[in-house]
Amino acid sequence: MDYFLDEEQLMIRDLARQIAEEKIMPVRAELDEREEFPWDIMNALAQSDFFGLYIPGEYGGLGKGGFELSIAIEELSRACLGVSTSYAANALGTYPILLFGSEEQKKKYLPDIASGRRLVAFALTEANAGSDAAGVQTTARPDGDEYVLNGTKQWITNGGEAEIYTVIAITDRAKGARGASAFIVEKGTPGFTFGKKENKMGIRASSTRELIFEDCRIPKENLIGRQGMGFIVAMKTLDKSRTGVGAQGVGVAQGAFEAAVSFAKERRQFGAPVISFQAVQHMLADMAAQIEAARALVYSVARYIDSGAKDVSKESAMAKLFATDVAMKVTVDAVQVMGGSGYMREYPVEKMMRDAKILQIYEGTNQIQRNIIGQSLIKESAKKRQGG
Amino acid sequence: MDIIVCIKQVPDTAEIKINPETNTLMREGVPSIINPFDLHALEAAVRIKEDVGARVTALTMGPPQAESSLREAISMGADDAVLLSDRAFAGSDTWATSYALAGAIRKLGADIVFCGKQAIDGDTAQVGPETAEFLDIPHVSYVRRIEWIRDGAVRVQRLMDEGYDVVESPLPVLLTVVKELNQPRMPSLKGKIAAKKAQVRIMGKADIGADEDSLGLKGSPTKVKSIFAPGTKTGRMMIEGGPEEQVDILIKELRKIKCL
Ligand SMILES: Cc1cc2nc3c(=O)[nH]c(=O)nc-3n(C[C@H](O)[C@H](O)[C@H](O)COP(=O)(O)OP(=O)(O)OC[C@H]3O[C@@H](n4cnc5c(N)ncnc54)[C@H](O)[C@@H]3O)c2cc1C
Ligand SMILES: Cc1cc2nc3c(=O)[nH]c(=O)nc-3n(C[C@H](O)[C@H](O)[C@H](O)COP(=O)(O)OP(=O)(O)OC[C@H]3O[C@@H](n4cnc5c(N)ncnc54)[C@H](O)[C@@H]3O)c2cc1C
Repeated sequence: MDYFLDEEQLMIRDLARQIAEEKIMPVRAELDEREEFPWDIMNALAQSDFFGLYIPGEYGGLGKGGFELSIAIEELSRACLGVSTSYAANALGTYPILLFGSEEQKKKYLPDIASGRRLVAFALTEANAGSDAAGVQTTARPDGDEYVLNGTKQWITNGGEAEIYTVIAITDRAKGARGASAFIVEKGTPGFTFGKKENKMGIRASSTRELIFEDCRIPKENLIGRQGMGFIVAMKTLDKSRTGVGAQGVGVAQGAFEAAVSFAKERRQFGAPVISFQAVQHMLADMAAQIEAARALVYSVARYIDSGAKDVSKESAMAKLFATDVAMKVTVDAVQVMGGSGYMREYPVEKMMRDAKILQIYEGTNQIQRNIIGQSLIKESAKKRQGG
Repeated sequence: MDIIVCIKQVPDTAEIKINPETNTLMREGVPSIINPFDLHALEAAVRIKEDVGARVTALTMGPPQAESSLREAISMGADDAVLLSDRAFAGSDTWATSYALAGAIRKLGADIVFCGKQAIDGDTAQVGPETAEFLDIPHVSYVRRIEWIRDGAVRVQRLMDEGYDVVESPLPVLLTVVKELNQPRMPSLKGKIAAKKAQVRIMGKADIGADEDSLGLKGSPTKVKSIFAPGTKTGRMMIEGGPEEQVDILIKELRKIKCL
């Protein structure tokens, strides 16, 4: 399908695809096996300007939007979700600064982020705060010119590898939802350490760690936005980045689909290539149709968000939900089409199936996405009724 | 510091076929690429730019369509691009090519000139050293490492059959490079956008103050007597039957020709 990408968007897609095919595909199995953080690939992406894609020109970026970012994420995900997660988590960690940061914060951090010199991570989740973000227990106590952080964040993508962290912590528990704030914490700040690297089912090239804050003092100017805006920062950040998770779904599904088609053409049983059996064709046809639908939705929502639309929670939740459910189904079916070979590590689809599962979990589980959509529906129908 | 990188646009030899009648390369429809060695030369130049600052100019002699390889060079970090193109250059052998390149380099001025070790189509490895001779500057070929550049001099390692030589040379110098030197980078998005907008400067015979008789076919002392593809021994055999049967036949046949 032609989505009428302009010349620079095609350039972004083609270069991301070239990096995916030349730099990622040859090493993805090994990165997965060894749970190795893909520094070489991060450096190649940095050198090719991918970290600055969505960052304005005045801070050293290319000034593109979430749509172009989605195109890049999709291409990288077609090769390896572990790599694309490590890449995309930067945008997740950067949006709080981009959306709510002061001019000084932007000047200080965005150029290094855009050039890829420093990686970024976003830290909301804790042991008692998963789907229920209001359960955050990490505290940031104002003390003179500083905040003092105490608590532990869990399962933070790029934890340990990143040098800049955007962290949600409670500044005033009595204020409930208005009691959290967002902060920038740099690696190396005394009192800020990391837990062990998690051993995961999939996206094993990405690193997931605990962040531990013990009387970690950060200057007041590291507060993002105003005190009490923490959950707003977090929710707007997730609204913006969720289409990227959708794009990951489209990419991994596309990669698995391509592997399944080429296998089905080669593999012969009962004297014919298995692709000649209608039952196999129907599976592939469903996969192709679902991927195209997911891509169309992700692209539309990304363009809608880039147009400056105000409330995009429902749309971004739909893009994430639909495309990642498609990714799970398509990767499972790709293994099925390839039979026992699909189950073997020699072929890429078993990894894709393991990897795809995370997409239904992180940045809000798909149940939570349905909740978000449901709440929007209630709000919309209430508005309609009021309007007559 | 001014650096010129000589790049040659070549047919992707992985895809090329030979015309069986004329014994010449069939270039039609074959994708063109930058000579792979020249990518290492370009990478070396861009790294010097990043380390100590330099202006990097990519230079190619070729037909107008060679401009695309110059734009590619910009996307990988070259600042400027010069296309040396003129009907008078047609039919140049390595001597005439080097003469013309040297003329352009003299006009542009350079502290370091980089070339690839050889072109994957012509394969002579003559153009670099010949160009240095025309310029009357020193050259070091087969550079596998640049140790340092300072105080108007450079120290490099020259790859030899066994080990390497360490060579120091004053600037200006011409260096031809081997693949061991570095790993060429991918293009960058900013580079690609710049490449699209960049002005490629075109130089003709008048711009390099060339002597007409030294150009193109007229200026090429090489005379090609004949070109032929060395014959290859062919012959094949299709083995039929089930896997075990096929293996037996294969082993028998390999024994017959004393491969086993
Ligand atoms: C590999 C990995 C990387 C991650 N990276 C990051 C990161 O970089 N930064 C970060 O902050 N977090 C990160 N996370 C955390 C991730 O966002 C959470 O795991 C996710 O939001 C779900 O929270 P939970 O795991 O605690 O599940 P729980 O909230 O415990 O949910 C358990 C189950 O209950 C369901 N459930 C919970 N509440 C409801 C409800 N109200 N209605 C319906 N169903 C419900 C859930 O959908 C799920 O099926 C990462 C997690 C993983 C596994
Ligand atoms: C008699 C004769 C006639 C020829 N006639 C023609 C002809 O009509 N048309 C034709 O297309 N070719 C012709 N050629 C081929 C042409 O001479 C060579 O391709 C060219 O001189 C370069 O030599 P090479 O390929 O061996 O390069 P090498 O010497 O192997 O190249 C070494 C390095 O020199 C530099 N370099 C080489 N060529 C160029 C270039 N053009 N611009 C910039 N840098 C360069 C590069 O850095 C390269 O890595 C002819 C050759 C001969 C011998």
